[in-house]
Formats: sequence, structure tokens, C-alpha cells
Amino acid sequence: MGLQRKDLLSLEELSAEEILLILDTALSFKEVVQRPIKKVPALRGKTVVNLFFENSTRTRTSFELAAKRLSADVVNFTASASSLAKGETLLDTVRNIEAMNVHTIIMRHSCSGSVRLVAESIKASVVNAGDGTHEHPTQGLLDMFTIRECKGSLAGLTVTLVGDITHSRVARSNIHGLVKLGAKVRIVGPATLVPRSFTRLGVEVHTNLEEAIQDADVINILRIQLERQDGKYFPSSREYANLYGVNARRLKLAKPDVLIMHPGPMNRGIEISPRVADGPHSVILNQVTNGVAVRMALLYLLSGGGNGDENIN
Amino acid sequence: MRTLIKNARVIDPASGHDAPGDLWLEDGKVLEITPAGARAAQKNDAVIDAAGAVVAPGLVDLHVHLREPGEEYKETIASGTRAAAAGGVTSVACMPNTHPPIDNLATVEMVLSKAKQQGVVNVYPIACITKGRKGEELAEMGELQAAGVKAVSDDGEPVASPMLMRSALQYAGMLDLLVINHAEEKSLTGNGVAHAGFMAAKLGLSGVPRSGLEIMIARDLLLAEETGCRLHIPHVSTAGAVRMIREAKARGVKVTAETAPHYLALTDECLATYDTNVRVNPPVPEASDQAALIAGLQDGTLDAIATDHAPHSRREKEMEFALAAPGISGLETSLSLVLTTLVATGKMSLLEALRRMTANPAAILKIPKGTLAPGADADVVIFNPEAERVIQAKEFVSQSNNTPFDQWQVKGRVLATLVAGQVVFFDPAFEGKIRKV
Repeated sequence: MGLQRKDLLSLEELSAEEILLILDTALSFKEVVQRPIKKVPALRGKTVVNLFFENSTRTRTSFELAAKRLSADVVNFTASASSLAKGETLLDTVRNIEAMNVHTIIMRHSCSGSVRLVAESIKASVVNAGDGTHEHPTQGLLDMFTIRECKGSLAGLTVTLVGDITHSRVARSNIHGLVKLGAKVRIVGPATLVPRSFTRLGVEVHTNLEEAIQDADVINILRIQLERQDGKYFPSSREYANLYGVNARRLKLAKPDVLIMHPGPMNRGIEISPRVADGPHSVILNQVTNGVAVRMALLYLLSGGGNGDENIN
Repeated sequence: MRTLIKNARVIDPASGHDAPGDLWLEDGKVLEITPAGARAAQKNDAVIDAAGAVVAPGLVDLHVHLREPGEEYKETIASGTRAAAAGGVTSVACMPNTHPPIDNLATVEMVLSKAKQQGVVNVYPIACITKGRKGEELAEMGELQAAGVKAVSDDGEPVASPMLMRSALQYAGMLDLLVINHAEEKSLTGNGVAHAGFMAAKLGLSGVPRSGLEIMIARDLLLAEETGCRLHIPHVSTAGAVRMIREAKARGVKVTAETAPHYLALTDECLATYDTNVRVNPPVPEASDQAALIAGLQDGTLDAIATDHAPHSRREKEMEFALAAPGISGLETSLSLVLTTLVATGKMSLLEALRRMTANPAAILKIPKGTLAPGADADVVIFNPEAERVIQAKEFVSQSNNTPFDQWQVKGRVLATLVAGQVVFFDPAFEGKIRKV
């Protein structure tokens, strides 16, 4: 069976089976992207629009490569430069783009819930590439793919998410996905940036990094946003590094084969020490590589792939 | 000219009357309540057969946005008062966050004159506490009061300076003007768009912590206590606020308070779909707050139910949640929501619920409304409290239909609304019951 849905808005809405379907399909695409000719005809004749209302380099590029390697036509639309300045609403903008008969819209926006609003308003398939501080489901999927690739399975693993959980869409997608696949999830960061109510999502909430990474199988370190370093949530990036920076000394508390992950871009020396970032435990670049395969799998499944016996080769 | 409304259950909370009977109106005033059939209608009397219905004083809504002047594309005095009539509301106090704001005599007179010419219910303009709602200098309250203003508020903008708020209470108190302060400490509420609970955290919506509302209420209660002046707290939405108001009242502070029907009907679970129609300020609370609000209404801590009717066009609501304008078009659903959430559930008697929508808000505003006492203005609502209906936002009389209650199954249907003895609204199905003998 394929993915019986029009859109991917969140990992909260996916079942464990759907997540596994995407991850399994991504394995085949990972093989494709390692070939000399990294292209399959799955989305030939289809149009994918990258609709980014927020700056992004790596996510947009990853989606663009994924779509192109599936033979789709890809258009990049940077909205801030065009419609918003002229007073057009978000729905005006997407309805105009849909009127050009596109199949899939990949959207990033600074407002939580905005991607859902768009998905409910148009017929085209919509993929959330990050909505505000809500979710970033493809990042969650590629993180899970990377863990699974290294560890075989997610069930029973202890995964610690470190940083500004409150404002992190990556954290929310990781939490929903990992909990569904049976991992034990801990979140840790300053009390000002970690919602205690997230115990209701089935995670452990910590404010002490050492406790939170004790015997962890995976440490996923979130980027500290520079705009929050105004002394209101925590005193300084120096103090943040002292209390929450993942360094080689602290890494010894985790399992010997711990994986170090980071969604990028990294602030080396703040949330992650250079030695850890570039050390033997780091799978940070693997995450980037896997991102393309996971996004290929997702676009393929959302366009109806996997429903019949078609061959991605 | 005389009107007989017969065979009704006549409820007048002001006098505690609740019995089957007939209501007689004459020349725009209430004549008397008589036992059913005690006296026959004479020739030329208008007769309304209200069999099976409740007859009560027209509702008094002390927190309404009519949007005129300045945002006539959302609502006008003409459309807003018709929406009120459709909801059984015969008197509205309208907030001054207009463009220009109601902070001067000319704007007050413009609103009053438009209301007289184009409105169908009584309109009581609330004027600003400070010039331009800027929180810097007091508005010319003496002149505004002489023009008919009963209350002042910088709606939506709290008077941030404690000194100025203290001064406003004293000055308005001298004039017997009611001060209504929008209770919000903006450094805490910031860019919050939803109650700072689990739902907002999960959905990635900026939270409004309860303390962001309650700190301002605590401050205002201290100032009202110290000055001995009257204070009204609008749209109470949290358990902590109810507790503080209860304690203040017990100490004799001259404070009154209102909550809104949407806080009784919704909890923050409804945020799950990011429906911008539930975006309202203050945000909808958690179930524990809702229970405290109901307890506050039951024990009289919360005196009134007011809609905070806040019409917005589709342009402001078909938006990203955080960018959508806060507010709910509430005039046409308030009675039904109160009947459904409070009366049908047995939490309040019909008479006590109506008291909080008639006599109490009239007393807070010190206006001669909300009663069926002989000689009172003949402002009356006739409604069937048991009728089941499905709310249809697209059929709203209001120019805006921003409601989270579209398609809700509720109880209560307004059959007719009279202002000064004149029928200003009737349900088409009820038309045949209104006739001359």
C-alpha cells in the first residue's frame, strides 16, 4: 500500500505504519542516489513548487534535489519578495500558484499551522517543510531514518533532544515520530525553553544535561537561535555553552556507541563543541545525505507511488 | 397603543418573577404583568401569542464592538444593532476602539445620532479612558459623561501606567463613570495567541500565561480598593481572576466583572485545527478555568455575561493563526450558548442566567434597562429555551460571520425582540403569532 493521504503536515498525524512505510521506501531511494545516474522517472510530467516564506538553503535544496531526481519539474518561489509586500494574503498567493496546475507544494512559513491552512484550502498535495514552531516532519523522518540506519531499530532506544524545545519544530516532529516507533525520548534545556507539559506527549522532561544524556543512544542537538540570545531566556551563549553545550567530557556519560545528530546549521562552540561535531560519533552529514532519499520517498508516496507494482527503477 | 404578549412564561430577574402569565405594554413602556388570561385584549391592541415561550427583559450586552466609525466593512451601527436584535439583545454598550476612537464629544454624538437614525436597539457608547487610547492623558470625561457616556475603557489597550489608572479611577469615580480596564500585562502576553497550556505548546503557538492577565487584574483591584472607586473587569477567563475578584468583593471592593459565552463553551482543546475563529483575546482557557468561571457565575462573583462581540471580515480571519485578528461575532449566539452550557446542564436556573444578561449588566452601567417593572422601557425578548437549532454562520445578520460555533447544535431560538414596544426582530416562523385583534 502507498500513503493514503494528500498532504504531509505533521508526524503527529501519521501512524507508526505510515512512518515505517516512508522509511522503508527511503531505503530504496538511498540506493538510487548512490548510483552514477541518480534519476528515476517516477514524477515525470509533474510540477513541484518550493514555496518558502522563510529563508532556507539546505531544506529547499534537499527538496529540490529530491524532486529533480524523481524527474519532476521544480519551481522555486520565494514569497517574501513578491506577494506579501503587495498586501496579498497567504491564501491568495497559494490559490494563484495552484491555478497554474501544480501537483505538489512544498511549503515553509514562519507561522505555526499555516501549512495546514493552505492544505485545507487547495487540491494540490502539500508538504510541510517547517511551519513556525510547530513541526518539520521531513526533518523528523530523516532523523529517524538515520538512527535506524545506524541502530537497526528505534524501539527501546533512548534519544535525548537538547536545546530550545519550546521554539523548535524539529523537536516536536522528533518527539511524535520517535514515541510512535517505541523510542524513549528525553528533552532537556533551560527551564525557560522546555515545556514541562510535554510529559503529556510521553517524554521525560529534564533541565540537567548530564542527567538527560546518561546512557543515551542518540543525542540530537538543536540549534540555539541567535535571536533568542537577548538575555531573556538565558543569560548568554557562554552560559548556555557551560550548561548545555555537548562536549567530549559530557559525551562519556552516554552509551559508548552514541550517535550525535544536529539538524544544522551548527553553532560550533555553543550547543556543540567542535570535537563532538566533527568526531567519530557524529552522523550529521549522513543526516543531510539521507534527507534527499527520505524526501524522494515521501514525494513518491504522496503522488500515488507504492500503490501498485510500479518499479522505482 | 397597547400590546399584549400572552400565554408566556414571564421571567423578570430584577423582581425574581418567574410564572406563566401575560405581559402588557403601553406606549413603549411596560404596563404590567398579569396572570394568563386575566384580562382580554381590547380592539386596537396588538397581540402576540407567546404560547410555550419565555418572555423576559431584552438582553443588555455591555461589551460589544460595532466597528463604526472606521471599520464599516466589518460591522456598522445599523448591522450590529440588527444582529443584537436577532440575538434578543435590546441594549448594547459599544467599545471605543474605533477609528477615530470615541474619545471626544463629536464622535460620541456621531455614534448616538447614527444609532438613533439607523440602529434598532439602544446604543450606549463607551468612551476612552485616555486620549487616543494611548494611555498618556485622561480623556475629557466630564464632557463625555454629559453627552450620555456611562462607562470608559481603552478596550484592547490596558492602561499600563499604575499612576494613570489610579488617577482614572478617581476622576471617573467623581463623575460616577464606570471604568472598564482591559486586563493584560503586555510584557507577559507579548505576541501570545493562545492560552499558554499544553495545546499551545504542542501546536507551536505563542502562549498567553494566566499571569499575563491576572497581574493587571490584581493591580486594578488594589487601586479600586484604595480609591474606593468602581471598577469593572471585562472578559474574565481564568480561575485565578475569579478567585481574586471573589476575595476583593468579600473585602467590599466596588468591583464588578463579566465573562463571555465563548469561555463557557470552548476550551483550548479546540485549538487543534488552528481554526482562526477560536482566536480571541483573552484566549480560550482550559477546562479547569471554565469550571471556575461557571462557579463564579453561580456565586455571583461574575456579575454579567457579555459577548465581546468582535466582528471581523474574512480578510482578517482567512489567515495564519498568529496573524488573524482576535475576536468572535457573538451577538447572535450568546443566548443559545448560555442556555446550552448553563441552563440545559442544570448549572444555573433560567432566571439566574437571565439576570446576568439583563438586570446585572444594566445595574453595572447604571442604565434603566433590563427589567419588566411597570413603567420600564418596553424592551422585551421572546424566546423558546427548549428549541433545538443548528447555528448557521452564513445566515448571520451581522455583517461578519466569524464564529467558532458554526454548525453547533444548540438550544434556544429567539422568536421576537421588541424595543420600546416596537418589534425590531422576529423569527419568520413566528410571524403568524403577531397580530392585531
